[in-house]
Amino acid sequence: MNPARKRTVRLTVALSAAVVLASALIYTSFSAASPALTPSQLTRQAQPGRSYQVTGTVAKGSVYRGGSGGAILYFSVEDRAGGTTIPLAYTGTVPDPFREGREVIVTVEKQGSSYIGERNSLITKCPSKYKTAPAGENQNA
Amino acid sequence: MAGLGFACLLLGLAICAYGIGASVYGVRSGRVEFSESGRRSVYALAGILTVAFAVLELAFLRNDFAFNTVASTSSRTTPGFYRAAAVWSSQEGSLLLWAWLLSMWSSLALFLTRRRMRDIASYATAILLGFGGFFVALMVFYANPFATTRPAPAEGQGLDPLLRFPTMMIHPPMLYSGYTLCTIPLAFGMGALLARRVDADWIKAIRRFAFAAWLFLGVGILLGARWSYSELGWGGYWGWDAVENASLMPWLTGTAFLHSLMIQEKRGMLKVWNVSLVLATGTLAIMGTFLVRSGVLNSIHAFGGATLGVPFVCLIGVLIAGSIYLVVSRRDMLRSEHRLDSLISRESAFLANNVVLVGLCFVIFWGTYFPLISEALTGQEASVGPPWFDRYTVPLALVLVLLSGIGPVIAWRRATLANARRSFLAPLATALLTLVVLLTAGVASKPLAIAMFCCAAFVFGSIGQEFFRGVRARRAMAGESVPRAFTGLVRRNRRRYGGYVVHLGIAVLFIGVAASSSFQHASELGLSPGQSTRVGAYTVRYVRPTATITPRYDAAHTGSTLSLGAVIDVSKGGRHVATLNPSEGYYASQEASQGTVGSLIGGQPVSHVSMNAGITRDVWSAIEPDIEAPALQRIVRAGNSALSPEEALVAIGYLAREYLKHPPQAQFHFIVSPLVMWIWIGGLIVFGGGLIAIWPTPSVVRRRVAARSRARAVRGLARA
Amino acid sequence: MSALIAILILLLLGLIVLVVGAPLRAARRGDLEPQPQETLAGHPVQATAAELEVEHDDMEAAREAKYREIRDAELDFRTGKLSREDYEAIDAQLRAEALEILNRLEPVEPPE
Repeated sequence: MNPARKRTVRLTVALSAAVVLASALIYTSFSAASPALTPSQLTRQAQPGRSYQVTGTVAKGSVYRGGSGGAILYFSVEDRAGGTTIPLAYTGTVPDPFREGREVIVTVEKQGSSYIGERNSLITKCPSKYKTAPAGENQNA
Repeated sequence: MAGLGFACLLLGLAICAYGIGASVYGVRSGRVEFSESGRRSVYALAGILTVAFAVLELAFLRNDFAFNTVASTSSRTTPGFYRAAAVWSSQEGSLLLWAWLLSMWSSLALFLTRRRMRDIASYATAILLGFGGFFVALMVFYANPFATTRPAPAEGQGLDPLLRFPTMMIHPPMLYSGYTLCTIPLAFGMGALLARRVDADWIKAIRRFAFAAWLFLGVGILLGARWSYSELGWGGYWGWDAVENASLMPWLTGTAFLHSLMIQEKRGMLKVWNVSLVLATGTLAIMGTFLVRSGVLNSIHAFGGATLGVPFVCLIGVLIAGSIYLVVSRRDMLRSEHRLDSLISRESAFLANNVVLVGLCFVIFWGTYFPLISEALTGQEASVGPPWFDRYTVPLALVLVLLSGIGPVIAWRRATLANARRSFLAPLATALLTLVVLLTAGVASKPLAIAMFCCAAFVFGSIGQEFFRGVRARRAMAGESVPRAFTGLVRRNRRRYGGYVVHLGIAVLFIGVAASSSFQHASELGLSPGQSTRVGAYTVRYVRPTATITPRYDAAHTGSTLSLGAVIDVSKGGRHVATLNPSEGYYASQEASQGTVGSLIGGQPVSHVSMNAGITRDVWSAIEPDIEAPALQRIVRAGNSALSPEEALVAIGYLAREYLKHPPQAQFHFIVSPLVMWIWIGGLIVFGGGLIAIWPTPSVVRRRVAARSRARAVRGLARA
Repeated sequence: MSALIAILILLLLGLIVLVVGAPLRAARRGDLEPQPQETLAGHPVQATAAELEVEHDDMEAAREAKYREIRDAELDFRTGKLSREDYEAIDAQLRAEALEILNRLEPVEPPE
């Protein structure tokens, strides 16, 4: 095989390998992903055994600790616009900004009729102090 | 004063417009004076943005709450140190920081190339001013840092306590420096394509810029990792958070570029690849900037504000489209001059390294942007978690570390097979020895960590062998003592041996990452005073509660009104390991509805982590005191009804006393992470090695070497 | 206060125009280096002084890079990565390439 042919073969093999690996990557990402749902969507679609990402706000008066040594944090997540509320039990690190009324994202799995939060999956959005001022705001010298 | 700042922005916009026109006209017409004028526009932009930045910084330091950004992110009680840093805690201020840093670094780059690469530099000037103009325009039209409200409020909302850490001063400027420095190679890359010149002179210049970007970006990323490590809600240095990933991607492609550039320098190969890498790095940096402030992906960093998303998407679209067009239309001049001589060569290893790095970048890219991708493809937004990332990044990281040990051992162009085989013996032996030691020590439960340790051992063996052989060769040639031979060797071959040190640092860093990920113990404990509990091999005991009240205007502290915590004692096998003092700080809020006392502690609470960092392990603890305990809440309610705002601080004193006398059970987060220290040490080694590699040889030495090399070359002619 | 700021702004504007316009003024006075001949975009009529300078810089950079390659090859040999035959072959090749660059450099001097 002359050098040029060898190079073409090498290139083809390398590219094919890359395509195969990329396809494997892409395929597994779809099956490993957790869809992001609001509580109302979750109550409609949730299947036991699959994990979902719930986004919403922490319902007022729903936060309390329980379990042995207070290791489990119980709270409810409701739709941003109000409406469906789902209670869940969460273990793991609780971010500093967490409190009632804050927006959270937590990965949950439906077990029976209750939702269990995945360990250390709770993210609380920083309170929106970084909102951009709408254009046209007072800009006098 | 705000008017001055805003006027500076407008002037900046005008400068950018003029500079772009002058540079492009100058290079296309050949009239040097216009290119000169264009370059000076960049200096002028740097100057005017410095004035604007100074105006904003002064407003913060002087507590001028007429400025909206000052009112929303600072207050009289915010300590001076954090008031200065608060400038870049808001969307508007951070845009100004970005634009200012861009103008400063661009000025430096263009100053350094003022006598060379006139045509490329002119195009680069236009592109850099384009970026500058984009960011200034964003500020002028969308997010004005100099917007004011009159009459000015008497007090601001204060800097978010979560940001009151010293790293807040350094991490954003470092990271933004890294991002803005990434745009300089992009500008010079596009400039080279536009000027149709991709050659040795360009390589020399762009390497310096790419290295500076790599250095600053890397330091910024490490600082961010260290910061998040010390913060509750993380406890880990890397969470595959979208924004962390976004900063890592350009760093990976930048590393790939620094390697493959050497191949282009030596063999005139990979021109298309290199140019694409440099354009991708710059584009990824802009995408990273975009991600932080668009709210498009969920992240702890969310700056929020969807208004900025559209302009950024347009910019990124232009960058991608422009890059593809330039590369495709110039593909003739980007043809390789040579081909790979042999698969067993350092060039080959570098190619493999590039493939792995770009592969890593692709995995991270896919996983990070997956919510957007899945929404576009399936209509349903979904995201992938750390397990998915780990599945692909860990094997790639293993290969990467292994390659960093293989590369140094192989010669350039084509290695002698027999010699190469012999050279691998020592590193392999080191790796196998490590494997045996680890297995006998009984850590067989974590195969991936073991694999990483062995790969790192391979690297140590290979680098150690290189230094040993190098010193030996030098001593044979010059008869020097070992220390002198060592320094002489490194000094005369900075790029090579500096690079070896970088590889050493990477291996150390990955040892730390592997150990702290695989062998970490984390748990949540509920403890009352005197109680103790076991966590793995450690015993944690709640010794006593702590409570501190900080007077309202104490500038030395982070400014919390009340701080409740505990002293805990950590021991292992009866031996005392560490005493930790985690606490939770409660800050004042602006909400009157919480009552006079309630509003003193009703703001964003921040956890102050207590950590004992050691060479072999870090012991980390955070506390969540039960502020909702009935006894404490009773005091708050009583104070709310009975006390006026001026007297409310008295109630805080009672709160503290009650907490000390009858401390309620508290929640503790407790983590023991082995070898975390080595991540930071590894990082330091990497950057030290990088500095060695890039440090220019003094011109005296360079001339001497050049003369000798020339004599050698001429001798070859005579012999032929 | 606003009057002061307005004056300051005008001063800044003046400074900018001064700095940015300096090369243009210098060119009009004829202070800058001899102008390269006007070339129609994309159709260089002949090698201009600017282009020669660019090529000279480029050759110098290529020469430095080639010298470094020669030294790297020697270090590769002395640290045992290459056999003597392989090293001599590579070294001869590199020296020939270096000579090529040196030859191209000699006649290409920047105009003084």
